[in-house]
This record gives sequence, C-alpha cells and structure tokens, in this order.
Amino acid sequence: MTDPFVVAGTTLSSRLIAGTARYPNQQVMLDCLEASGAEMVTASIRRISLEGYAESLVDLLGGRYRLLPNTAGCTTVRDAVLTAELAREALETNWIKLELIGDRELLYPDVEQLVRAADELVRKGFIVLPYSNEDPVTCQKLADVGCAAVMPLGSLIGSGMGIANPAAIELICSRSPVPVVLDAGIGTASDAALAMELGCDAVMVDTAIAQSHDPRRMAAAMRAAVEGGRLARLAGRIPKRRFAEPSSPQLGLIGS
Amino acid sequence: MKLKINGVEEEVAAATVGELLAARGVDPAARFLAVAINGVVVRRSEWDSQSLGPSDDIEIVKPFSGG
Repeated sequence: MTDPFVVAGTTLSSRLIAGTARYPNQQVMLDCLEASGAEMVTASIRRISLEGYAESLVDLLGGRYRLLPNTAGCTTVRDAVLTAELAREALETNWIKLELIGDRELLYPDVEQLVRAADELVRKGFIVLPYSNEDPVTCQKLADVGCAAVMPLGSLIGSGMGIANPAAIELICSRSPVPVVLDAGIGTASDAALAMELGCDAVMVDTAIAQSHDPRRMAAAMRAAVEGGRLARLAGRIPKRRFAEPSSPQLGLIGS
Repeated sequence: MKLKINGVEEEVAAATVGELLAARGVDPAARFLAVAINGVVVRRSEWDSQSLGPSDDIEIVKPFSGG
C-alpha cells in the first residue's frame, strides 16, 4: 500500500470509518458497510435487554470488520471510563472511541472532562480515539495525553451540516502529531472529500449514509469521495487566485 | 437479596454472576458480554467465583449499533 492509513501502529485499509446505527434495517446496514469499503466500524455498548437475548451486532458483522466501541452518551469521566472498560471486556479490544458529552441537545464534547478521561484511559492501556471539538488547543491536549488520533467534529452529530469551520480543521491537520479523523456532521459526499482535501487522514460517517434516500448508493459515494479527496490532497491543488489566468495561449489570436 | 440490575431494583436468588445470567436466560458462555458490579468490571473468568451482595449495582452490557 503506497498511502497507508496508520493508527497506533495498525494499518487500516480504508480511510472511511462507518457507523452501524440508524439504518432502515440490518440488511441495508450490511450492504452499506460493504459498499463503503470500510475496515473499521463503530458500535455502542448498552445494557442487554433481559427479556431475551437477540442476535448480536457482532455476530451479524461476522468477523469481517474491526469493531471500534464508543462511549456514546457518557457525560462523566467515571461513566466513560467504565463504559470503555466494559467495551474492552466485551469485545476483547483496547481500542475505544471516547465520547464525553457536555450538552444533550448539541452532543458537543465536554472538553475539560474529555481530556481527563482520555488521560485516564491512556494510562489504563487503551488506544484512545477521542471525538473532539474543532479546536486546535483541545486537539493538541488530547495528543499530548497520548491519544492515538484526534477526531474533531465537522458539525453537530447527525446534522448533515458538513464542515462548519474548514479553517479550524485545516489548522488541526497541519499541527497534529497524530492522525486526524473528521467525525460528525458529514452530510454528503462533497463534505467527506473536503475533509480529506483539508488534510484529514480519515473520515467517520454514519447518519449521512444510513439516512440518505439510497443508503447503498451513498455508501459507494462516500467511498469514492474519500478516495478522490485523498488523491487531490496528495496531488497538491493550485492556489486560489483573485484574477483570471487564461488557459489558452495569448499569442496568435485571430484578428489581433 | 435485593439488587439493582441494569438500573432496575430486583429481588434475586442468584449467588454469583454466572448464576444470575443463567437465571435470566442468558447463556453465560455467550461471547461479547460484559459485567460490572458497583462500577468495577468483573472479568468472565470470575463470573462463577464473584459472589453478589445486597444492594449491588450490576451492569450487564453488550455491543449495540452506534456511530
């Protein structure tokens, strides 16, 4: 692989990380994950229903994907750390997508607690991928405490608003000592391509695929967008110019 | 013995985690399950040895869909 995506020493075959939530049904989810080309997919950790033990998500995914458990819904360091420890026990992985929410309506991270939880989890031997705000200072702190990547939001989770602050994302990418994964708010393929063009190493998408009109097609679109955006980034774009620069030669003009 | 299981207070006869799972129809040999008692994870290898006490707060979890 000439352009490997490496996180914590592990090479991932795809720069698109897919979520497993909010699909119309399980078959659509499976088809979308396949079409997306994702290697790593996210999962939450929740109480089992004691009325019956339904087929588990993990059985459904059939060992084809690398599962990244999350601490979605946690609002305290204590809950996030316990959820991560339960996830490690249940899935036999020390990788964790750390989410520590400060506002239930906005699902914005509580960055002060987030950094503390990240620090504690790194000390406990976890590979921490924190969902963060799009703030270069917070992302630097997360890297400093040992996170394996940083995952700034593009816009609010599930909002489809795209990348609200491209300049901030670009700054984070240019300074980050660890991989940057754009996580949250992607709405359509061009948002994913932009994230890659700004310098992100990968993109995480769930709602934009799962809730689109044709999720299988959108999954394919996201795959192409991430690949196209990455190629464009590596190719090195032309600068933006204030004035026109003609493409056709200026000499030998008829009638001149 | 009164315990809290997944947020719900219940009267329970089971003495260990393993017995509790079996009594609830959950196969203790099932993979991708995790248990915590009073905020501390109880490893699978300890499910049959870890005894339950009154007022224990137990979480029994599994992976679920998520973003």
